[in-house]
Amino acid sequence: MNKPFDLSRFVNRDNNILQLILITVAIFAMMSWLEPTKFLRYYNFESISFIFPELGIVAIAMMLAMLTGGIDLSVIGIANLAGILAGVFFTKLFPGDPAAGMAGEIARVAAGVMLALGVGLVAGALNGLLITRAKITPILATLGTGQVFTGLCMVLTGGPAIVGFPAYWGLIGNGKLFGIAVPLLIFVAVAMVIAVMLTRTSFGLNLFLIGTNPRAAVFAGLKSDRMVLYSYMMSGTLAALAGIILSGRTNAAKSDYGTSYLLQAVLICVLGGTNPAGGRGTVLGISIAVIALMLLASGFQMMRFSNHLIDFIWGGFLLLVMVLNAFRNRA
Amino acid sequence: MNLFAKLMRRSETAVFLIVVAIMIVIGAINPAFWQADNLFNLLRANVVIGIMALSVLIVMVSGGIDVSFPAFAAAAMYLTVLAMNAYGYEGVVLPFIGATLIGLICGLANAFFIHTFRMIPLIVTLGSASVVRGLLLGLVGTSIVNIDRMPPALIAFGRSSLDVGGAKLSVMVFVYLGLAVLVGLLLTRTMTGRSIFAYGDDAESAKRVGFNTRRTVYVAYGLAGALAGFAGLLHASMIWLANPRDFVGYELDVIAAVVLGGASIFGGRGSVLGTLLGVFLLVLIKNSLIIMRIDNTWQGVVIGCVIVIATALTAWRDRKTLA
Repeated sequence: MNKPFDLSRFVNRDNNILQLILITVAIFAMMSWLEPTKFLRYYNFESISFIFPELGIVAIAMMLAMLTGGIDLSVIGIANLAGILAGVFFTKLFPGDPAAGMAGEIARVAAGVMLALGVGLVAGALNGLLITRAKITPILATLGTGQVFTGLCMVLTGGPAIVGFPAYWGLIGNGKLFGIAVPLLIFVAVAMVIAVMLTRTSFGLNLFLIGTNPRAAVFAGLKSDRMVLYSYMMSGTLAALAGIILSGRTNAAKSDYGTSYLLQAVLICVLGGTNPAGGRGTVLGISIAVIALMLLASGFQMMRFSNHLIDFIWGGFLLLVMVLNAFRNRA
Repeated sequence: MNLFAKLMRRSETAVFLIVVAIMIVIGAINPAFWQADNLFNLLRANVVIGIMALSVLIVMVSGGIDVSFPAFAAAAMYLTVLAMNAYGYEGVVLPFIGATLIGLICGLANAFFIHTFRMIPLIVTLGSASVVRGLLLGLVGTSIVNIDRMPPALIAFGRSSLDVGGAKLSVMVFVYLGLAVLVGLLLTRTMTGRSIFAYGDDAESAKRVGFNTRRTVYVAYGLAGALAGFAGLLHASMIWLANPRDFVGYELDVIAAVVLGGASIFGGRGSVLGTLLGVFLLVLIKNSLIIMRIDNTWQGVVIGCVIVIATALTAWRDRKTLA
């Protein structure tokens, strides 16, 4: 494993990382040139470091599903459901006790985190079982469950947002540790764990093989169904983690938060070199892609583009990147 | 007997029997269900979703999926109504042609990306939906055209109805059924229709037996966009309102209805009759929630469960036929 670091091999790894870095640098240069006073401020980068992790984690969740040739359209539903259930837990089932000290408060928040992650795990397992046991196509299965999860959010909240999360919960989304945003630390940890899992464990290798050729994977004796089930469970858990950060950052949870994240997550996956047909994708690619797009969005926001026009730019960018990829693959 | 056995094997029969069963149950709970007024209202609620379902059916038979039609419908509707107001136009034929053309152009753009660059339809249509919706809301406007500013000709058209035994049956139902017959004839009686089925079943084989697959893709997505545009304007004329944010979330309902009607998401399977029944079943379930006094917030959960169960059943059926 101790090979010397070989830059050309690193860059040539399907050439994607280099293209991505170039895109990121180009966006950075363009925005610095267009809005030098506002864009190049420490505050801007700090606020990006609070906002992008939830989107990045959703994109990693999406990538895990795409590796086996599937897709997870329910990630946003899971994220919101996790946040809302935690909110219900904090406000109705287990309201804060002023007498309880700091330790009690921390235990309560820890229980909420466990509950939220558990919801994600169960929701992901439901997706995985529908896909592997009931043999439903991932698109339809997750479209349906996504509707069920969002519907449950509506039932639980009745429409308005749930507010009143404990202060320690807010730290997960707003806090700083050693001067670095907590969400950013969580994202880095998640990215490293998933990257190691995908590249250094047999489970990761299995996922790539299943995505490259599902039939061959079965004949090679891989336990495809179980691996796919695990990948959706992980995807669900990560989506729930994103929901925790989102509700911590905004101190609220609502059934229609983050709906535009779905398209953005797909876009980030495609831009980051994930093949939606399965078999290809890297966490590094996702990480660079999410930063590139966040720089793009923050720059356009400074130029007072409306959110609708930014939606348009996201969509146009998605099509453009796919066209570029198509040309590159042809060459 | 042979005919009967054949009939029982068709998924349309199963959907039809489920529809009848649900109608009997609802009628037993609330006899008001069987009043002509209620039934005609139910049919009226089928029209817009139904035309969109025909659009999705064509795409699904061709082996693709389309989540961009709600954005196209909203764009066609809003732009046409704004243009009618700007020019003070008093007819309805030209606006409907205009809305259909707007949808057609958007659909052809989908086809261009999907065919030329061999992109995955789901991702292309996600992107094009966001592009169209973003441009519409960002550049054209977000304000709703209310009834007082809606073109009167459009409202009059949407109101036209037949008097059947004292109850009013919207003429739009016949527009819907007419379109359904046309799409049915196209899919089953023309070479173009056969090529869509062939392409959806196996694109490579369709190409080798000599179908022009480029034309097939353009026809399928273009037609789908055109139907969506038409449905969009029809919706505005039926509710006397043009809201550029309308149709959000329709993709779920419509795809659910088409899948309920027995179409396969892998392409090559599906029928207009099944789609009509699927749409009717979906609208029936949604409306009966209200009649049975189930809270509105449960709607998403119920529709989601219906999608999951219906797709599980079709997957089970497909596996049996493969085995």
